[in-house]
Amino acid sequence: MSDDAIRKTPLHALHLDLGARMAPFAGYDMPIQYPTGVLAEHLHTRKAAGLFDVSHMGQALIEGAAHASLAAFLETLVPADIANLAPGRQRYTQLLNETGGVVDDLMVTRPPGADGVLRLVVNAARKAVDFALIRERLPAGARLTPLGEAALIALQGPLAAATLARLAPGAGMETMTFMSARPARLAECETFVSRSGYTGEDGYEISLPSAQAEVFARLLLAQPDVAPIGLGARDSLRLEAGLCLYGHELDESVDPVEAALAWSIQKRRRAEGGFPGAERIRSALTNGPSRLRAGLRSDGRAPAREGTEIVSTDGARIGVVTSGGFGPSVGAPIAMGFVDRLHAAVGTPVGLVVRGTPLSARVVALPFHPHAYHRG
Amino acid sequence: MSQIRYTKDHEYIRIEGDEGVVGISEHAQSQLGDVVFVEAPPVGKTLKAGDAAAVVESVKAASDVFAPASGEVVAINSDVEATPGLINEDALGRGWLFRIKLADPNELSRLMDEAAYANYLKTLS
Repeated sequence: MSDDAIRKTPLHALHLDLGARMAPFAGYDMPIQYPTGVLAEHLHTRKAAGLFDVSHMGQALIEGAAHASLAAFLETLVPADIANLAPGRQRYTQLLNETGGVVDDLMVTRPPGADGVLRLVVNAARKAVDFALIRERLPAGARLTPLGEAALIALQGPLAAATLARLAPGAGMETMTFMSARPARLAECETFVSRSGYTGEDGYEISLPSAQAEVFARLLLAQPDVAPIGLGARDSLRLEAGLCLYGHELDESVDPVEAALAWSIQKRRRAEGGFPGAERIRSALTNGPSRLRAGLRSDGRAPAREGTEIVSTDGARIGVVTSGGFGPSVGAPIAMGFVDRLHAAVGTPVGLVVRGTPLSARVVALPFHPHAYHRG
Repeated sequence: MSQIRYTKDHEYIRIEGDEGVVGISEHAQSQLGDVVFVEAPPVGKTLKAGDAAAVVESVKAASDVFAPASGEVVAINSDVEATPGLINEDALGRGWLFRIKLADPNELSRLMDEAAYANYLKTLS
């Protein structure tokens, strides 16, 4: 990014107006927190509705002659079943390198009413890498179009559905189910909405033209239960929800099975393979991976941060924390990390070495805070 | 009347006779955000000025608190260990961290008084 000035999202002026503390993130000047602070923002999202500017993320279309051929192409890069993705449905998957390591994790959506179109949402810091990888492999007649002029706003929390229903009665927002997606006209804006998010709560991600983003965001913020939420709370919410963050739980050395994402590799793909690193990934599915992403809870109050060494009860190094901090809804420190398979079972006692002292902790099931998705 | 002195690392020490009460400044708590964990030094520990003495962690990050002056820890604030948010509510009051018996009151002359600290903060923004 050194050759690039720091970028601004279409909501940058709004963040400044709201008194956000801004900081560079993935090449963008982003709101870390608003005046209420991370703790209040986190708890507000869990009890009402939080508005997140995620316009820094990479949105793109890939288009080809028909769904079958386009899906067959994408399946050479990701381990999810794209061929059987129904119109109006979304799937979480990973772009893989030749050894099965995760180049990025992303959402793939098959919009309803169009044949041979897929929408992608990828991580901000990885979009250049991802788009280059996809373009390099695109078959003749297919194309990738980054949606550079689209903003992305997430509305998350138990009151998100009621808020959108009030704003756009008749748009049917409340009847959408988790991981469904479709175009919607919301308050005079042509948007593309998915019922999904990164907080563990019910909610939506709304793609809309940049030029309309601020007006639309201000309209949402004028609703009684909606507050703006920064990247600080976005991180604590996703950590409590047990969700991976690229660059922390995921990188090019980690395969999806180690990352406890085997659920995102559907049965047909496991049987047929045909994705990068299939040999390693299918072996890990059959024999178990050598290390596994796990949840960790300590008995004390000291958070174990990223990079904290994980040791067995006899002091041997068995892993490392990839994300750690305080869980505001859990009310205690929480962490995720990679642990040697032999020590990864739920309930296994471990030590987290914080400032030289191993703190007593144990492996726990993820998520730390129950998901509240609207599965219909 | 007590006097307060500040370090460049945003600790304060409030001088009360031959003892000093140590905490983090209002600016420091505001920069850190919601404090969720405090680790104070053990009572009886002898600190040298500049030693990492305590840890204050916010939702996002851990920060060391350095001893503004040398001396022996004579008390810690158990309220702030139980309720770390006291630092955000009242950094200079109920959010104090520990109390030391000053080994060398002359060390305090190296620290900033309130006016100097206010000027120092202006140079940071």
